Amino acid sequence: MLKLEARPEPSSRMAIASPLIALAITLLIGVMLFWILGKDPLKGLQIFLVEPLKNLYGLAELSVKATPLILIALGLSVCYRSNVWNIGAEGQYIFGALGGGWVAMQAGPGTEWMGHAFVIPVLLAGMLAGMFWAGVVALLRDRFNANEILVSLMLVYVADLLLGWLVNGPWQDPSGHNFPQTITFLAQTKLPRLIPGLRAHVGLLVALVAVVCFWIFLFRTYRGFALQVGGLAPAAARYAGFSAQGALWVALLISGGMAGLAGALEAVGPLGQLTPYVPSGYGFAAIIVAYVGRLNPIGILFSGFLMSLFYIGGELAQSRLGLPKALTGVFQGLLLFTLLACDTLIYYRVRWHQSATTSAGSATLAAASKEA
Amino acid sequence: MEGLELLIAASLNAGTALAIAGIGLLINERAGIMNLGAEGMMLVAAVAGFATAVHTGNPWLAFVVGMLVGAALAACFGVLVIWLNTNQVATGLALSLFGGGFSAFIGIPYVQEKLGEQPQFHIPLLGDIPFLGPALFRQHPMVYIAMLLVAVLAWFLYRTRAGLVLRAVGESPESAHALGYPVRRIRLLAVVAGGAMCGLAGSYISVIYTPLWIEGMIAGKGWIALALTTFATWRPARVLLGAYLFGGVTMLQFYLQGRGVHVPSQFLSMLPYLSTVVVLVLISRNAAWIRANMPASLGKPFFPGS
Repeated sequence: MLKLEARPEPSSRMAIASPLIALAITLLIGVMLFWILGKDPLKGLQIFLVEPLKNLYGLAELSVKATPLILIALGLSVCYRSNVWNIGAEGQYIFGALGGGWVAMQAGPGTEWMGHAFVIPVLLAGMLAGMFWAGVVALLRDRFNANEILVSLMLVYVADLLLGWLVNGPWQDPSGHNFPQTITFLAQTKLPRLIPGLRAHVGLLVALVAVVCFWIFLFRTYRGFALQVGGLAPAAARYAGFSAQGALWVALLISGGMAGLAGALEAVGPLGQLTPYVPSGYGFAAIIVAYVGRLNPIGILFSGFLMSLFYIGGELAQSRLGLPKALTGVFQGLLLFTLLACDTLIYYRVRWHQSATTSAGSATLAAASKEA
Repeated sequence: MEGLELLIAASLNAGTALAIAGIGLLINERAGIMNLGAEGMMLVAAVAGFATAVHTGNPWLAFVVGMLVGAALAACFGVLVIWLNTNQVATGLALSLFGGGFSAFIGIPYVQEKLGEQPQFHIPLLGDIPFLGPALFRQHPMVYIAMLLVAVLAWFLYRTRAGLVLRAVGESPESAHALGYPVRRIRLLAVVAGGAMCGLAGSYISVIYTPLWIEGMIAGKGWIALALTTFATWRPARVLLGAYLFGGVTMLQFYLQGRGVHVPSQFLSMLPYLSTVVVLVLISRNAAWIRANMPASLGKPFFPGS
């Protein structure tokens, strides 16, 4: 029978191999799924994984979707490393889009002198709005001990409904034929694009810079170290004088700010106006990105692009194979599920125990199974 | 006040699903396992139950299928967290994310489907009492079954040996293990039972309460059910009370709109979510009280022999 045996210390090789094994298992299940649906599995995989990478357009689209995923996941990695369970990044993302969108709507004849620099206050407002929404979670946790998992998630629904009210009410475009949407933001507020004609925008550069900053913060600063100690060994952190409350606030404000930044980038980037379709599930997918990337900024860079590939592959599978777009969600969920299972291999190794035939052997076996 | 009896009736109906899911999660948490996958299990069970009802026309069969689906998903979760010692929060979250995607995926053929005419329920005599009749005694049988389930669970937890063992496993798995109880198997059983209850709740929502299937239709009820266990300080009867309160808050928006209260509908729709936050704040404010009531090893993994 198979038995798990604790490793003397966590295997660093397995820590890197585990996401790859998980990806392989997910793809295997994907092949079976395509087969069950009566589609050619190889063609399905090719459309999901290879097709988006074939041309510049596909790569640009890949970066458009990877940008918010990476930014949000970076913030979440700080949270999860310090054992703060913010799962409401989607709400903070919506707030970021609201904050950034509001500033973008203030652009007009009086602000022309600012030129494209107008984007900077837009992004700052987005960050602040995201921080505010995460700050509510931190406040309720800090002051009233309210569970941050549930509070942050509930606030996603509240943010979503608030957005719905704004685009149907006070922020609705008066000349928009009563569609639930704001005005289209002025060109001045729009994110500069990297390559003319493609949707890839400077947000990608922001994400790349953020990866470096987060790596330095987590692994080269005192504050980052204190946060991680607090997550791994709360007692040790208390003993060292690292404040748990401080860590809670820092983690939530950072992750809220990053999600808000992503929301503002999306609002003045690919979207160009606010509609009820601002929430796109990036905040939830970023949780998977953070885990698959091992809560490590470099890893998140890769996993962000991988998850973006799932999104675009899902869209292509819909248009080319007639498969539902929801397939993306299935693959994303499966990937996280298999990853968590594979992560067991970091701490344990699987041993094959010969089934004993002697009565003494079966007695020990029975004892062992009783223990299990 | 006219319409009040209908508000009460609708609140009981809306609270029923929350109560069923809530006591399922209560069983989990009493055994020391926190399953954040409730929302995902309810979604998959909702679509599975709805599909069963569409094909067979039998809501009771739909409930059974919903329970089986919930139990199967919970078993996957249980094996991961109990035997492979994965992080409970992350694994539950994975189940919720997977359930959201998977239910949307398999639910596509059923989005436009409708269920046949629902039979009206009416308890003879009691249902004819003015006010109380329409408020309390004209409900779907599941509403009363949920009340019964709560009573059975309370009896099980506090009046039976098995219930005592279950609570011991959640309070101090080490002691239970030392006494020779198979802690991990008991925990898995609790998780599977909790999943079945979540599945029942999910299929009740899609087959009776709504009754239709839309992507993401559980709309946070799984998460609210999780909050309910804290609200109830892990007592079955209080879960039921809390569920009806939340059912009432959910229904209040329609009641207020019906009475011509001019508040944008989005703000009224926020009420269940905001009140969940408020309730969590009020209940959790006293940290010592929560600690005194919470199963001591909630969320903590247990490996025998380490």
